[in-house]
Amino acid sequence: MTQRPEPPVLAVRGLSVRFLMPGGRQVAAVTDAHFDVAAGECLALIGESGCGKSVLASALLGLLPANARTAGRAHLGGLDLLTADERTLARTVRGRMIGLIPQSPAAHLTPVRTIRSHMEETVAQLTGVRGRAAVRTAAEAAAARAAFPAGHLDRYPHELSGGLAQRAATALALVGGAPLLLADEPTTGLDRDLVEHTVDELRRHVDVPAGAAGASPGAGSRRALLMITHDLTAAERIADRVAVMYAGRLVELADAKAFFGTPGPRHPYSRGLLRALPEREFTPIPGMPPELGDLPAGCDFAVRCERATDACGRRPRTTDSVACHHPYLPEGVRA
Amino acid sequence: MLELHAITAGYDRRAPVVREVSLTVEPGEAVGLLGPSGCGKSTLARVAALLHRPDSGTLVLDGEPVRGWRHQAPRALRTAIGVVFQQPRLSSDPRLRLADLIAEPLRATGRREEAAGRVAELAAPLGLTPDLLRRRPHEVSDGQLQRACLARALALRPRWLICDEVTAMLDASTTAALVEAIEHYRSTTGAGLLAVGHDHTLLRRWCDRTVHWDALTSSDGHTTAALDVPASRSAR
Ligand code: SF4
Repeated sequence: MTQRPEPPVLAVRGLSVRFLMPGGRQVAAVTDAHFDVAAGECLALIGESGCGKSVLASALLGLLPANARTAGRAHLGGLDLLTADERTLARTVRGRMIGLIPQSPAAHLTPVRTIRSHMEETVAQLTGVRGRAAVRTAAEAAAARAAFPAGHLDRYPHELSGGLAQRAATALALVGGAPLLLADEPTTGLDRDLVEHTVDELRRHVDVPAGAAGASPGAGSRRALLMITHDLTAAERIADRVAVMYAGRLVELADAKAFFGTPGPRHPYSRGLLRALPEREFTPIPGMPPELGDLPAGCDFAVRCERATDACGRRPRTTDSVACHHPYLPEGVRA
Repeated sequence: MLELHAITAGYDRRAPVVREVSLTVEPGEAVGLLGPSGCGKSTLARVAALLHRPDSGTLVLDGEPVRGWRHQAPRALRTAIGVVFQQPRLSSDPRLRLADLIAEPLRATGRREEAAGRVAELAAPLGLTPDLLRRRPHEVSDGQLQRACLARALALRPRWLICDEVTAMLDASTTAALVEAIEHYRSTTGAGLLAVGHDHTLLRRWCDRTVHWDALTSSDGHTTAALDVPASRSAR
């Protein structure tokens, strides 16, 4: 594990989310998640669609539907996001403490308003900047921070390319100087070149100090980035650490270099995911994940796992950041 | 053979996104068409799938020149082609159970009696269990719905498959599983494939041959520099 000079920006402990369904059924969307994200660090949360990673993000933002029940804690800046009331979430968390970079930025922007109008409204809302001229200047500076071209500020969302819409969304997410950036599938549907560009930009925002628009440059500490993605190539490019989610549980938490390089992932599911890449073996993991409303008693991956034994009929505990009875051993460490 | 000759197509006759593009796919061949988003490759795929009438140019399918698109296409031609799109949710009726979704082409061609058996036959290798088949689109994941959309495309045993960015929303394992299912179908039926996408690594691994959109549009002297300029200028 890398040395972390600062306390984590986000500390998640035992986070679980249950959806109460008609007829008394329960869906276990997230179960007992533990992880930290530090300043200047990017944690990529990877997994397939429906594995619970988006639910986890919604839980942090306080955007779960009414039939959801949460347990555990998620500490950010002295606040527990899971117990904070809606007023606190709306006024101090979303935008100010967590900058959200949404999946389809164009859909997130109001179609009848220009990017400049979005930027100015957000600056006025989230920063201390007052007065028309000052807001205008701060909005332009905020756009520039995300490399959004000034010449496009008076355009409407539909007049922007996918890449520029993504930059506009990123600029908006940065305005409040939030210590935590939460990017939800930021590269979905983008061309590979644009994917690389987008994640490099995100990385840059993690590497430079935060600070709200209008604050002196360099003020504040560095941001933390939690990126939720199914794009392994994007994750490899940006992440310091990787968290792998399967059937609502974090099955592995690893250093990104070790995970994508040698010795490689330790959990059989993570191994399978990497093996499926077209630049690797291009072989799928057999079968499909279990239903979150009908999970097995033992390991959730057992029916698909080539290493499964009788022991796997019991649920594996997380040891050394891997939840598996028979993990692949890091070469030369305990082989 | 699937032969596209000098196809010009788009949504505005003054600014077609496809200009004089020619492309041939041999029987049983898998061709990957690579290009950035918005370049016109999806429109070309829709022309090949009989879903979009070109402004000019010809499409010859197994020796037969195509004269009608969409509902004007003869049934025998329409059933020779299976299509899968990028976003399964946009291309499936939210009210239909997956089993009915897969059976749609069978019902539309009056083969209702065959439906149950054929659906079971298509669903099993794709991992679609009877429980999943009873559900509606909002009750399954993107990956599961895309599997159903592939099963639907294969329902009439097409000789040609057109796949437009079919894995762009999917994780690595689901992508590999979908490609494996398509390749299994092709190896048992000899169907040809036109796969459109922007992921070089994926299409090079998947297809027999890949062509880049730029090479296609500048070959045989048809330069299409207009494709690269913003819409506002090319519409001049
Ligand atoms: S606990 Fe057993 S079944 Fe689960 S991943 Fe590990 S080896 Fe496979």
